[in-house]
Formats: sequence, structure tokens, C-alpha cells
Amino acid sequence: MRIPAKWAPYLLVSPFLILFAVFGLFPLLFSAWLAFQSWEPTSGIEAMKFVGFDNFVFALTDGWFWKALKNTLWLAVATGLPQHLVAIPLAVFLHQAFGKWRGVFSGAYFLPYITSTVAIAMLFGSLFSTDYGLVNQALHALFGGDNINWMRSPDAIKPAVAIVVFWRYVGFNLVLYLAALQTIPHDLYQAARLDGAGPWQQFLRITLPGIKPMILFGVTLSIIGGLQLFEEPFILTNGKGGADQQAMTVAIYLYRLAFDFSDFGGASALAWIMFGLIAALTWLTNKAFADKQVQA
Amino acid sequence: MKRTPKLLAYAIVGIGALFMLAPFYFMFVFATQSRVDIFNVPPPLFFSDELLNNIQVLTTRLPFWKNVGWSLYVGLMSTALTLLFCSMAGYAFAMLEFRFKRALFALVMATMMVPSFMNMIPSFMVMDALGWIDTHRALYLPGAASAFGIFLMRQFAASTVPRELLSAARIDGASELGIYWRIALPLMKPALGTLGLITFISSWNNFMNPLIVMRTAENYTLPLALRSLFSTTSTEWGALMAGSAIATLPLIVLFVISSRQLIAGLTAGAVK
Repeated sequence: MRIPAKWAPYLLVSPFLILFAVFGLFPLLFSAWLAFQSWEPTSGIEAMKFVGFDNFVFALTDGWFWKALKNTLWLAVATGLPQHLVAIPLAVFLHQAFGKWRGVFSGAYFLPYITSTVAIAMLFGSLFSTDYGLVNQALHALFGGDNINWMRSPDAIKPAVAIVVFWRYVGFNLVLYLAALQTIPHDLYQAARLDGAGPWQQFLRITLPGIKPMILFGVTLSIIGGLQLFEEPFILTNGKGGADQQAMTVAIYLYRLAFDFSDFGGASALAWIMFGLIAALTWLTNKAFADKQVQA
Repeated sequence: MKRTPKLLAYAIVGIGALFMLAPFYFMFVFATQSRVDIFNVPPPLFFSDELLNNIQVLTTRLPFWKNVGWSLYVGLMSTALTLLFCSMAGYAFAMLEFRFKRALFALVMATMMVPSFMNMIPSFMVMDALGWIDTHRALYLPGAASAFGIFLMRQFAASTVPRELLSAARIDGASELGIYWRIALPLMKPALGTLGLITFISSWNNFMNPLIVMRTAENYTLPLALRSLFSTTSTEWGALMAGSAIATLPLIVLFVISSRQLIAGLTAGAVK
């Protein structure tokens, strides 16, 4: 039997349509509906009750949400900003001075990005161990002083998580900037040198404007990723959020609300609040950059 | 670039690279140390001979090889289905004309923007309703027509599959599905390779979906199994590092073989 030619395209996209309907669209709509219900999954579907905006009001007036949001923003800035401040100069060095070794070195930086979060978190868990962990031993040998209780002190857990996240994603940004640098025409630098511009001037006048679209893209990705941060702190703190919940991100709070405290309605409302926040921040970043953007 | 700045650039990039790779080195060193020796003063810097003991502990505490097997199974299923579904849709979006094509492709792109936590609760409920809790198809099926994969395939097909070839085949009386399978698909091989690698790696590493869906240790994939070892009160660090090393080694091998292809694929959305 032969399928009529005009049906072929629909047949070809049908796996996407079916999977999207069942596992993408329906869950999203269901989550929107659930955000207005009060419901514990153990009590069965009949126990669902419409509560209007109660879940949203609760989320926004509850101290936990704001604490989780503060943690998330802290971590997003403490991991996002250094990633770009380090990746840009590294990319420039790699681009200018490494020739055929560029691939090998950028590969070394990229490797953490493709490895398992769990394996990495386990490893850093041992490196950050309090008494005889490698990090504390190294710090002690270099600077003396007391051991830091990385995993159990409220002050140290956030920096520990931030180090892991930074280490994991800096190479991804490096590769993005390396690709952007390759699109800047070489004669621009030659012309600048003829005009007597030093390396710093060249960086400010040519390199930075040249990679500006990529900075916008990279920063946007960091914001989106940073606000969704879940796996690294979740595994490092054994799913609890760490001492004094200092590493409890919004995504971890959402998970705990749903699966530890069975508040599916509240967790759904939280998901939509965060979705709105991410969308708003992405839009703002793009607007802030676009105003001054030179079309590359 | 002048000499001194160049040396400085080498030094900075080189030291940075050492910091990036050192944790991997210690993972493999620790995998060969006993749980006590890992925390020696000074710390162990070289390999020892406890690897087999560590694996022994791993296999008594966990159904370890079963977990490795499930990770492989889920990874391969997810790769096979993703390649099939994404190449089908990508080819259709790139080469065929049909009603609602633009709207549907906009939908594909829109699904890329949805944050992962949005799906956490509802997808648990869908799995529950389907009776798929603690099953492996819950891990490989839902993401098998990923927006990223469709996008990658569409871009590649649009730039490499010649339209004249398709028209010629049509004139010769080939069916539309036959053209996709016998003419377009072979031409899309390089992109299939890239997408396959990316899909397998992300399935191998996936933590959030199994965390929500899987229930019994017998059915765990590797990341969940390793994590369950971490939550016991006295962590067997040597065994845990051996398990982490086993979870990491295949990825490093894949990366060394195909880093260029992988990096290009993973940053495709940005560079194009």
C-alpha cells in the first residue's frame, strides 16, 4: 500500500506532534490548571479543590520562596559573572597565541560540560571534605588557618556550589567566544595597528564590539540556566538544600514542595512564577543590550 | 603578539587547563584508593591498587552492572528513537511543503524555551497516569522528538540535500517516504552522528528525569545508583569514586574521538 504524497509530511512530523502533545503541551496546560488547585496526590484526583490565586499568594508571601530566590540569584551572579569575565580573556588568548593547539586546549576546558553531574558532584564532595579533603589540605598548606566545613557550614556551601558550577560551564562559554572571535575580520586589527592602537585599545575598540552579540547570547543563556539551577546543589546537599537551606535554589524548593511535602498546586504556581521571572529577565537583558548594539 | 605577552598567555591558559583537568585526574586516582587513604595527609597524588576492591564494594552495595546495563539500554533506545523522529521531522520541515508548516516549526522552537522544571510535576503525573512509573520507556520516549534535534536536522538537511535530487526521484516514481529513507537520510549522516553523540551523552548523564520516575534500585540508571550510595551514612568514597570513574570514562573516550563534532553540535544554536 502506498501512502498518498500529500500525507507524507504529516506522517513524518507525527512522532513529534504526538510526543509533544502528550509529554509537552498537556503537562504544561495541566500545570497551569494545577496552579489554581489545592491538591495532595495521595488523596486521589477527586480531592482537588479550586482555590483561585491562593497558591500564588502563598508562594509570594511565604518566606521560603524569597529565601530560595535570594539563593538562586546569588548563585546565578556568583557563577555567571566570573564565567564570562574569565571566558572572554581566555578565548582572546587562545585565539591569538595557540594556533593548532587551540582545539586541544578549548577541549580541556569544555570537557566538564559533557560529564555527569552526579559523578562530578560526588568527586567535589570528596574534594571539599572537611577534615582531610584535598581542597582544605591545599588551603591549609598555602595559607594556614582552620579547615572550612564546606558542605555543612551555611557560609561555605554557596561558594562550594558556585565553584562546581563555574568549573562546569566556563568551557562552554569559552567555546562560544572562540567561535565569535573567528568571525572578526583580520584586517580590522591590521588597520588599527597602523593607526597606532595598542593591544588594549584593539581589545576595547575591535574585539569587544565584535563579540558583543555573542556576549548577549551567552549572558542570556547564563541567566536562563542560572535561574533553573538544580542538579549541582541538589546532589551536593543530598536533596535538602544544605545547612540553613543556604544552597536551596528555587528549583530545589519546587521539587521539595511537590515531592517531599506533596503540595502539587503550590509547586505548580511556583513554576509559573519562575517562568515569568525568567522570561522577564531574558527580555530585559535583550533590551538593555539591544539599545546600544552595533550591528555586527 | 610580542614575546612576553605571548608567554603570559600560554601560562594563564595552561594553568587554567590544569585546574579544569585536575578534578578528573583525582577522580581516577581516588578510584584506586581505599576509602581511608583518600583522606590521607598529604592526599594521595598517584594511583594505588584498590580499584578491584572498590568495584567489589560497588557490586555488593548496588546492583551495579545492572545499573550500567540500564544506562546503556536507555541511552541506546533514546539515541535510536531520537535519530529517527528528529530526522523525519527535520527533513519534512526543510524539504517539503505542507499546511501549518510555519506554525508547527514555530511550535518546535517555542518548546526549546520552556525551562526544565516546568515539566517536573506534570510529567510525573502523566507518567503516573500512564502507569509508566519505574519503567525505562518513561526515560527514553518523552524526549525522543526533541526540539533541539529537529532544529539541528532541519538546518543540516536544508543546506546539504539537493532539491533537484528529490524532484528527479519523484519523476522516477519514488514514494515520499522512500525518498526520505533512501535518498535524504544517507545524505544526513554527519548530522545524525552529531545528534546521536549528543543524545547518548545527555541520556547517560540524565539525573532529573530518573530521579522523578524511577523507584527501585534494580531499575536505576547509573547516576541515580551512584547517588544512592552517597546518601548512606558512612560513604564508601573509594567505591563511589570508582563508580564515578566508570560513569565518566566512556564520555572522555567519546569526547577525545569526536570533540570537534561534539562541540560544533552543542553550540550549533549559538553559532548559526
